Amino acid sequence: MTAVVEERDQSLLTRVQHLLHAQATIGPAVVLLASVIVFALLSERFLTPGNISLILQQVAVVGTLAVGQTIVILTAGIDLSCGAIMVLTSIVMAKVAAETGLPGLPALLLGFLVGTLCGLLNGFLVTRLKLPPFIVTLGTLNVFFALNLWYSHSATIRGTDMPSLLLFTGQTFTVGGTRITYGSIMLVLLVAAMAFVLKNTAWGRHVYSTGDDLEASRLSGIRTARVLLSVYATAGLIYAVAAWTLIGRIASASPQAGQTDNLDSITAVVIGGTSLFGGRGAVVGSLLGALIVGVFRNGLALAGVDVLWQTMAVGVLIIVAVSLDQWIRKVKA
Amino acid sequence: MTPVLQATGLVKRYGKVTALAGADLELLPGEILAVIGDNGAGKSSLIKALSGAVIPDEGSIFVDGAEVSFSSPLDARRAGIETVHQSLAVSPSLDIAANLFLGRERRRPGVLGSVFRMLDRAGMRDEARRQLDALGIMTIQNPGQAVETLSGGQRQAVAVARAAAFGSRVVIMDEPTAALGVRESRAVLDLILQVREKGLPVILISHNMPHVFEVADRIHIQRLGRRKAVVDPKSVSMSDAVAIMTGAMEPPGV
Repeated sequence: MTAVVEERDQSLLTRVQHLLHAQATIGPAVVLLASVIVFALLSERFLTPGNISLILQQVAVVGTLAVGQTIVILTAGIDLSCGAIMVLTSIVMAKVAAETGLPGLPALLLGFLVGTLCGLLNGFLVTRLKLPPFIVTLGTLNVFFALNLWYSHSATIRGTDMPSLLLFTGQTFTVGGTRITYGSIMLVLLVAAMAFVLKNTAWGRHVYSTGDDLEASRLSGIRTARVLLSVYATAGLIYAVAAWTLIGRIASASPQAGQTDNLDSITAVVIGGTSLFGGRGAVVGSLLGALIVGVFRNGLALAGVDVLWQTMAVGVLIIVAVSLDQWIRKVKA
Repeated sequence: MTPVLQATGLVKRYGKVTALAGADLELLPGEILAVIGDNGAGKSSLIKALSGAVIPDEGSIFVDGAEVSFSSPLDARRAGIETVHQSLAVSPSLDIAANLFLGRERRRPGVLGSVFRMLDRAGMRDEARRQLDALGIMTIQNPGQAVETLSGGQRQAVAVARAAAFGSRVVIMDEPTAALGVRESRAVLDLILQVREKGLPVILISHNMPHVFEVADRIHIQRLGRRKAVVDPKSVSMSDAVAIMTGAMEPPGV
């Protein structure tokens, strides 16, 4: 008898599925590259240094928020309050400095502290009261936004009243004709640092496993409540960094800024290939996701497409990204 | 002989339901002790109490004769008790090596480990390979493979390897063959025997009488939240064990 050779289904589709399963960021990278090529062909203005600079500036704030949002979503959570935390901390930094003459660095650190405390409150409610993250952050979104209106008296703080350090993120340097803000550089460094931590530290692994299977992680001896608390607090700190970028971007601190940035950050994370069900994804993908949204909006605008179709395109992208995630999850050995 | 692990008078109530009503258990060095019982007899609660997953309301637990109190699975682990839960407690999206070291990751030596907190990935992967080889788990080729791409038996093997690698006193296995086919069950039973050969005593919870009678040195029969009897599989028949378990027969010599 000859040995029966087991037939293994290795169709092209299966291979693509396995590849995407192993490397979640390939999908968004391909989409970004393809969209850049298409929009460059549609409009010759697309790849000009000025336009690239504009896209990078537009992406910096949401991209930074998305870094914090990513670690929350990796734990199978969601953070609707990220935009509100960002706006609140931007107001705190700017207003304290403008009114009391506090120098830039302590004002900035105060903002970071406030952001971290806001995140800790979210984490506390999720781990101690055991409320769903969606409900917790829907609640704190309103709490933080109200605090922001109360403290700011709904008034914008002008950049000219602030120490220059708070506006640093909006300053630029020029590479090959493209003006790049320090805020964008900070985003890239933040993504690199978070990618390193998620991949190379025990904490990173615990973030993934907690999102993957909470009970299994607990039984494996991981202090899951502590992991979740640290994730929400870290996310809060990152939203405060986004606040700094926001001040530089609009050269002021406005209590009405960033109204849709919370949903935009979730969009970036999801399009970037991170699973809403937790335990799967990467922070580099979220940066790519934010860039994809930025490129789509900008490219379609340059091609003369109405804003409403840009919004629809982003909506379709979200649904495609999540469907892809569901498909990838069904991967078999 | 001092029992490696001993429980006396464990009580656990969930509201009006009493899962454990003064349960005792003794595990002797180097033995495989099977725990059998009907549904609701308190097997799972007993095992959860021993592995730190639930805190009993009353009663005492002794490790090597010294009283201990576990408030989390981590406490039991520190006492050298490793548990293979029925749910396996593995993280599907992480790879095999990551799962083996989950919750006790090793860091790189020097500054990379102490300042940058970097994991010793290569070291953990090699160690995972060694542990799998030591238990004769040859069907798994690559410790870098994600657990979700493994078959049920392979996942079970990973969970058993983890327990065997880190358990220094006791390995507890909850229904390790329940979800497996004939061939995979065989492999897991062999694994259990190998764990005993390493000198580690094993508590095996199972519904499968042929499996229990094949590997167990003694059989603990749990009924209505208490230990009804401990029998020798060589002197008691399978049907008698089931009869004692269901209350159809009184245990011999009581």
